[in-house]
Amino acid sequence: MNIDRNLMRLLSEQKRPFILSGLSGAIGALMLVAQAWVLSGIVETVFRHAPAWQAILPLVGLFALFSTLRVLFNWAGHHEAKKGTLAIRKTLTERLSGTVAALGPSYTRSAQSGRIVTTLLKGVESVDAWFSQYIPQLFLSLIIPVVILVAIFPADWLSGLILLLTAPLIPVFMILIGKRASAATEKQWNTMSRMSGHFLDMLQGLSTLKLFAQAKTRRDGIEEASENFRHSTMQVLKIAFLSSLTLELVGTLGTAAVAVSIGLRLLSGALPFRPGLFALLLVPEFYLVLRQLGTKFHAGMEGVTASKEMHEILDRTASIPEEGSRDLTADEASTLPIVIAGVGYRFPGSDKPALDGVSLTIEPGTVTALTGPSGAGKSTLLNLLLRFIEPADGTIALGSRKAREFSLDSWYRQIAWVPQHPFLFNATIRENLLMARRDATQDEIDKALKQAGLLDLVRSLPEGLETIIGEQGARLSGGEAQRLSLARAFLKDAPVLLLDEPTSHTDPILEAQLRKAMAVLMRGRTVVMIAHRLESIRNADRIVVLDRGRLVQSGTHDELMSDAGFYRQAIFSSMEEAAA
Amino acid sequence: MKTFLRLVGLTRPFAWWMALAALIGFATIGSGIGLLMASAWLITTAALIPQLSALQAGITGVRIFGISRGVIRYAERLISHNTTFRILTRLRVWFYDAVEPLAPARLAAYKSADLLKRIVDDIQSLENIYARVISPPVTAALVTLLMWFVVGHWSTAAAEGVLASQLIAGIAVPMLSARIAKGTARGISGLQAEQQLLAVDLVEGMGELRVFGMVGDYTERLREAESKKLALQKKASLIEGLHESLTGIAMNGALIWILYSMLPMVSTGALNAITLASVVFGVMASFEAFLPLTGSVQNIEADVRAGERLFEIIDAKPEVIAPEKPEPFPKSTTIEVRNLSFTYPGSNRPALDGVSFSVPQGSRTAIVGPSGAGKSTISSLMVRFWNPSQGDISIGGQNIDRLDPEELRRNIAVVSQRTYLFGQSIRENLLLAAPDATDKQLRNALSMAGLDTLQSRLDDWAGQHGMNLSGGERQRLAIARMILQDAPVILLDEATANLDAVTEEALLDTLERTSVGRTVMAITHRLHHMERYDDIVVLYEGKVIEQGRHEALLQLDGFYAGMWRLQHGEG
Repeated sequence: MNIDRNLMRLLSEQKRPFILSGLSGAIGALMLVAQAWVLSGIVETVFRHAPAWQAILPLVGLFALFSTLRVLFNWAGHHEAKKGTLAIRKTLTERLSGTVAALGPSYTRSAQSGRIVTTLLKGVESVDAWFSQYIPQLFLSLIIPVVILVAIFPADWLSGLILLLTAPLIPVFMILIGKRASAATEKQWNTMSRMSGHFLDMLQGLSTLKLFAQAKTRRDGIEEASENFRHSTMQVLKIAFLSSLTLELVGTLGTAAVAVSIGLRLLSGALPFRPGLFALLLVPEFYLVLRQLGTKFHAGMEGVTASKEMHEILDRTASIPEEGSRDLTADEASTLPIVIAGVGYRFPGSDKPALDGVSLTIEPGTVTALTGPSGAGKSTLLNLLLRFIEPADGTIALGSRKAREFSLDSWYRQIAWVPQHPFLFNATIRENLLMARRDATQDEIDKALKQAGLLDLVRSLPEGLETIIGEQGARLSGGEAQRLSLARAFLKDAPVLLLDEPTSHTDPILEAQLRKAMAVLMRGRTVVMIAHRLESIRNADRIVVLDRGRLVQSGTHDELMSDAGFYRQAIFSSMEEAAA
Repeated sequence: MKTFLRLVGLTRPFAWWMALAALIGFATIGSGIGLLMASAWLITTAALIPQLSALQAGITGVRIFGISRGVIRYAERLISHNTTFRILTRLRVWFYDAVEPLAPARLAAYKSADLLKRIVDDIQSLENIYARVISPPVTAALVTLLMWFVVGHWSTAAAEGVLASQLIAGIAVPMLSARIAKGTARGISGLQAEQQLLAVDLVEGMGELRVFGMVGDYTERLREAESKKLALQKKASLIEGLHESLTGIAMNGALIWILYSMLPMVSTGALNAITLASVVFGVMASFEAFLPLTGSVQNIEADVRAGERLFEIIDAKPEVIAPEKPEPFPKSTTIEVRNLSFTYPGSNRPALDGVSFSVPQGSRTAIVGPSGAGKSTISSLMVRFWNPSQGDISIGGQNIDRLDPEELRRNIAVVSQRTYLFGQSIRENLLLAAPDATDKQLRNALSMAGLDTLQSRLDDWAGQHGMNLSGGERQRLAIARMILQDAPVILLDEATANLDAVTEEALLDTLERTSVGRTVMAITHRLHHMERYDDIVVLYEGKVIEQGRHEALLQLDGFYAGMWRLQHGEG
């Protein structure tokens, strides 16, 4: 019942606070018993003797002491459990973000990014209740009933017997009703997420609704969906509340049975007053703690669901490739050839290889243009060079050393990357640029912006370099984002440049500028580019033609044109055509 | 405080339901008090007066209160949850009503799904405002009043003591814990927002972060935000514990005070010992009403914060206000754009700068230029999503700001680059354009748009944001909508920009066929079949720099000719 193995393993990593919490709970239970005993004593004294205030003062003092201690120990128990929970949440966040980081871009791009973010943040928050409420309550519901039974039996064995017999009724009812209720609840959660999804959908599509002059009529739809949701939820809640009513009635009837039996035996003199009162004080607590377990059980449910999502990520740790420890120097990177030997790659879940037996040596300081139809494997090859993925067959090496011998950090220090769709971070333009080189001076930043053709744009912004971009701030157009990415590459000034050439052919003036800038950027570096422009292909030192994962031709433009191969027939003519 | 009152104001239509629920909540605790008092009475009576008949009243009381407490609690839960959901419905509709006139101009900053999701979460979290924030203090106040009369019936001195300790538990302790907790909820929600941004950056920008060697930096920042958040949550939990403990201590204080003030009355015989026991137990039970106050204190700050965020959005002034007496939509659909200028808020670069051109009725005009030239701004102004800062647009000689915006939009069919499809059936997505269309008309429109395959799938779910359909299918669905809308003016805003060459070609043909005889404005940065247009307006940096037919522009050998060459491989 609600014991998730993964969550239990996390729990065992934080034994101390939870043991302390259990201990505090146990002491709290003892205090509860002591408090009831003293209280019954006070009441008895008052009845029997109607004493002066001073006479019962010590007893009152004891009562105050025990009840204060009980409060304090309960507090401490909750607090320890919370402390343990927070420690677990911290570990979980660390592990999750660490795993996601280690899995890298190939994972974050393949999975729904929204879902990863939700698991990373909301997922961790939703395990809280399982650890901080359900587990302590589980302890308490094991400890308190036992303590109470042990205390009651010597005082009044009959009451104890009644408790012992009725107690199992609560879990039995809980399981019986809980099963049906939890199935219904789960269904209800789905309805609810669909409901709020519907609302979100309407807000996101508001412009579309307005374009069709339908915004006002859809308002009723929101109300209707929301009301339908209310009706169906109330159906579920009726069952859930009925179950707690049943449990409460079991508790109440149990209490009433004990009360009446005590009353009758007091009447007949079979039971002295104090033990009777003592028992009666404890009975409600006995049922309460069992009933609360049911409530906390539901509170913890969400955590079990979240745990599944989280471990779906954590269990991927095994697939993280090992990285070497050798440091790649700028010297090595700019003088050694990149040797790709028989490399193959297959996307998970795909039966066709994305790359198949590709061999290629990229000489330092040359420009290599990758070309071929979409799906030929150009991006896969670039991703392999970026070490976002590892080759399934064959090796990629720098000179005589395999790429994986070098540490990732040093590998990336020697690489500048300009992707087709660069990501802009929720930060200022300056911060977005400084990522490429943290110690760049203002002059260097300006120069990079100028080279990328962005300086005028940045100067026209009211806040200039301090303008926040990304989701939360001003959005740059796709072309502007690409230029920002070029500016980053200028700043990074790395010996190897991996480039997915921008495709927007819109602005002849800008285009001319960019072409010049790219020529400057490529000078003196080892460049591997996915080329879209005929001119870039023509100017490359070597053209590599890929088709369906295989290298079909390579050479200079002139060599390939003189050869009646794939390049001339398919690539060249299709490029002409697509542009026409 | 103002935000809080505004939030409470929103729940006003449910005031009676809320009052009822609070009353029943009070009755629940009242039954609890009754149950304990009756039990105490029963036992003490049994001890003092050993007669079965004397016990009868007590036994009945225990039974009645015991059962009524459970049953009343059941009713209370049903009513309060029902009310909560009603409030949630109302909040959603209220927000939608308030935000509808603001879209899209004032919502530009909330374009992203993440931010909108947060708004939806904010609204969802406000459902607590009744059950967790408003209701508990009301119940506690009623219980305090009840105990004043119950205890006061026997001893005013005792009642004063009980009142004092209940005021401490109900006012002083919550105020104290609110004071210590000040800023905690706000801090937590701030950190959550920060984490959200960091996590999105980490996950979506993973490639860049790796290459820049910044992954560690981001995971570290995420971790730091988490630690700070956890520290605050620890503080919140400590305060919660403190609150509960202080409430417990206030209760014990009340009990001791009762003994102190009423015991002498028992000694002098002025008070029955049985009564004293009942009072003691009743007071104990009454403190149950004060425990939920912790929740009130903890939720109020978060709710106010959520409320502030929502009010901040909806308090913006709408960009476009419909004229009070709109003119009827003109018969002629000749479009005249005169000296049009526009600058987006927060930018000091005009998006449009004195643009003039006209589109005669039934003609086809292309607006071309590089991205960022201001092309799409014209379409936003055309459908009155924004108002021009200078100049105007008129249709059939009538300035569009004198027309009813909804009427105007019904007469302009827009096909844009990204077609938004709702997570509903294909039929519902089509009916947007023509709410009264028959299935036959829908199928006909699908067929004309080249979507014969969808004719039998009207009830299929279009998927979240239309994800069950391909890009080409979605654009074709947009064209089907355009056909259904049957508007005299057609505005194509990069309608085929996201498609591959073959699909684009086919779609352009379809568009050409279906828009015959209508006034067409086509915005594009890709120059395809330009000879089909009667006029081409070339925009660059917000200004018209060239205008004319395709051949004439090529002959001019200016910017347009440069664009043409660039796209056709002669550069």
